[in-house]
Amino acid sequence: MILLENALLFIILAPFIGGLVAGIDRKLTARMQGRVGPPLLQPFYDVGKLLQKEQIVVTPSQHFYILSYLVFIVVSGALFFAGGDLLLVIFAFTLAHIFLVLGAYSSYSPYSFIGAERELIQIIAYEPMIILSAVGMYLVTKSFFVWEIMGSSLPLILYLPGVFLGFLMVLTIKLRKSPFDLSTSHHAHQEIVKGVTTEFSGPMLARVEIAHWYENVFLLGFIYLFFAWSPPVAILAIIIVYLLEILVDNTFSRATWKFTLKSSWIIAGMMGLVNLGVLYYLSAVVPV
Amino acid sequence: MITLPFLILFPAAVAALLLLVASDSWRRLIVKAGALIIGIASLYLLFITPEAGPEFFPVAFEPLTGLMFLAEMVIAAFLIYLGIKYKKYLAIFLVLAQAALLVYFETTAAAGVHTVPNLFIDQFSLIMALIIGIIGSLICVYALGYMSTYQEHHPDVRDRRRTFFFLMFFFLSAMFGVVFSNYLPWVFFFWELTTLCSFLLIGYSGTGEAVNNAFLALNMNLLGGLAFAGALLYLAFVSPGGQLLEISTLIQSGHVVALVPAVLIAFAGITKAALMPFSAWLVGAMVAPTPVSALLHSSTMVKAGVYIIVRFAPVLTGTMEGLIIGLVGGFTFLLASAIAISQSNAKKVLAYSTIANLGLIVACAGVGTYKLVWAAILLIIFHAIAKSLLFLCVGTVEHRIGSKDIEDMTGLIVRMPKVAVMMFIGIAGMFLAPFGMLISKWAAIEAFIEAQFGLIFVAILAFGGSITVLFWSKWMGKIISVCPVATKVENGIPREKWIALSFLTAMTVFICLAFPVISSHLIEPFVLSVYGQTARLSQDNITIMAMMLFLLMIMPFSMLWYRKSTKVVPPYMAGRPTTPDMHFLGSMGVQRQVNLGNYYFEEVFGEKRLFMAGTALCFGLILLMGTLTAGVAL
Repeated sequence: MILLENALLFIILAPFIGGLVAGIDRKLTARMQGRVGPPLLQPFYDVGKLLQKEQIVVTPSQHFYILSYLVFIVVSGALFFAGGDLLLVIFAFTLAHIFLVLGAYSSYSPYSFIGAERELIQIIAYEPMIILSAVGMYLVTKSFFVWEIMGSSLPLILYLPGVFLGFLMVLTIKLRKSPFDLSTSHHAHQEIVKGVTTEFSGPMLARVEIAHWYENVFLLGFIYLFFAWSPPVAILAIIIVYLLEILVDNTFSRATWKFTLKSSWIIAGMMGLVNLGVLYYLSAVVPV
Repeated sequence: MITLPFLILFPAAVAALLLLVASDSWRRLIVKAGALIIGIASLYLLFITPEAGPEFFPVAFEPLTGLMFLAEMVIAAFLIYLGIKYKKYLAIFLVLAQAALLVYFETTAAAGVHTVPNLFIDQFSLIMALIIGIIGSLICVYALGYMSTYQEHHPDVRDRRRTFFFLMFFFLSAMFGVVFSNYLPWVFFFWELTTLCSFLLIGYSGTGEAVNNAFLALNMNLLGGLAFAGALLYLAFVSPGGQLLEISTLIQSGHVVALVPAVLIAFAGITKAALMPFSAWLVGAMVAPTPVSALLHSSTMVKAGVYIIVRFAPVLTGTMEGLIIGLVGGFTFLLASAIAISQSNAKKVLAYSTIANLGLIVACAGVGTYKLVWAAILLIIFHAIAKSLLFLCVGTVEHRIGSKDIEDMTGLIVRMPKVAVMMFIGIAGMFLAPFGMLISKWAAIEAFIEAQFGLIFVAILAFGGSITVLFWSKWMGKIISVCPVATKVENGIPREKWIALSFLTAMTVFICLAFPVISSHLIEPFVLSVYGQTARLSQDNITIMAMMLFLLMIMPFSMLWYRKSTKVVPPYMAGRPTTPDMHFLGSMGVQRQVNLGNYYFEEVFGEKRLFMAGTALCFGLILLMGTLTAGVAL
């Protein structure tokens, strides 16, 4: 049962929520660093300003890739909130990121090239765990459809604690938070300038930013699924998780790609697979 | 029905004709006409294949089996001659061993056999025939253009194009034979013909490396052939009347009798499909001219291997042996994908990706539930199309830029725009939603969850699938990076190449649109007739994917909108003064040119290390399977 109105709501509301979350994020980060920080709506001002700037490109094909990136991020998010198949959502999500990477590659710029390579490493670091999360939800609810997982009265988090921890780990990568902000970062210059986004400017960079807002809302929605049996708990969990991510962001220094890949795979293997293995074994012994 | 024998015999006749014709213009005509007729005849099968279940056609021509035996002996003698000539004693030993088994089978074991051998067709055979007949013959057409350039570029290689085209078409004959034969000794005969053809084609250039790799392929495939011959002998002993020598009766005869021959034949399939530990021959086979690689990887040879394993999936399913075969496939998928990350030679990347995908198909077939068989057949179809397209693209690029290294393909989108777009579509077809291979992987994940011990495979797919993303995307990134120093070199590509490339590109896209129809008319009836139930994707998902594909197809038009009014600037170079052709003044006052190279992670995904691990793992698993099977047999 695909709920079109939810998809529509996501498309309209997600940028506002995503931008607001980004504003809160910046404010809290500033406070943690002993600064006053920008106003809450600063992300919107930034994007508004970017949209007014003159568009310059290194190669016109960047337009195509970035537009596709935005469109497919929106498609995957909309599909998620409409209650679609979780695996298809994940694949559409990967497709979107491949477009971002291709956009970076297309410019033949040293910084965005390295950013693109690192972004790919990040993709292979987080993707197994996200798929395993979907598989875990299937093992409990017997469905890959988000609307069925949402409707399940079982507290998923109690069945999938390991998977949830593994998901939190890769969430840090996805939110582009330190220590895993290898390919590009919210903070000022890093060693590869702005990495994957180096060559995007003006309205195009605004599109990347908006896509990131959409993406964040989708990821927070994914956390919701673990707690879907009780909405208040779910909202609380999302808030705690996000605060935790901000804390982690401000506490750790950037990791190397090798550490990122290894640690996320090991966590996915240890937490995710062991958790799934236990579930799998239990469901074979005691049919739920 | 005349079409089946026609499809087996006609390519052989064309092959024989090509062996006789020396003039190049005649050869072009014959190859094109032959390819066209084979293509049409395979399409014609669509209309005459029964809706459900197989249809049999007895071939009541008594001397045929004897003739085949004679041919096998002649081939054995020929191989022994070559073995002596090149001092390859292992090959001689294997040929002798196989010949001895065959002689024993013909004279003693099969003496009481009185079944009439028959050909058969069902939807699975039909799918294979379409792949062989359409993709295989397109590759033959492409080879026309390729081989004339090849001979110009390699003056030291003796021009044996007559033999070359003879072998290409003969290969198609043998493949049709494999997929249409119901009588196992016949399957075995055609099976050995594919081994012979691939052996000769790999060694085409006659260099030391080519000969060595050809013999490597021969040895490994002969080893599989030995197991196959063993299966024939076993069956002849179990059923002296020879009823079980037919595939259709054998797969219905239950685990007790069918398991041992099924495992032996699956082992032959594993060698032919180049799974670890036998993957070395397929990697070595890329010394051959590119059309040969395309043929071996997409429509023939390795596909014969997976075809036979998928055929026997109903016997393997639910058994320990089947699970082990599945694990061999699964680990091959994981490790071969990882090795592909560390390769920069495009043909080697393609080779490892083929090995990986064959591994996945075998994993599906080994576990063998009905959903997995459905996914396996989908994989076979999508892989054949996309992989042949990619090989032919690489072959075309290789002839224009003189390299098949991915690092040398920087800015291909500027240098050879059309070929680059085709390559792009081919790569997208291999790993991106909503294209074919991804649909099959997705179906495989959903099917494995419900299978016994499926979690292992789900984990393999989750990790292996994302590894696949890495090596394909960085290749994609290389070809689409708009390099300011590149010049266009996309001229002088023969028309034959364009024909084959355009067809395959169109098919890669078309098959994604048409796959629900292919699934409901071909794959589902087959799975239904074998298992009594079938799998399909839900209607919602098909609609959503069609929408995604549509979106992908209209996205490029956004370029028209943006083309007019944007200011183009050079890339950010940290403020260093940079010339338009990307020279900058580096530290120590040295003038340098920007040169961007991909990561290959040699120390993590190195070929040597992972290949060793894969060999050890899969060899151990096969030994275990052998022991288990021996336990059953004795």
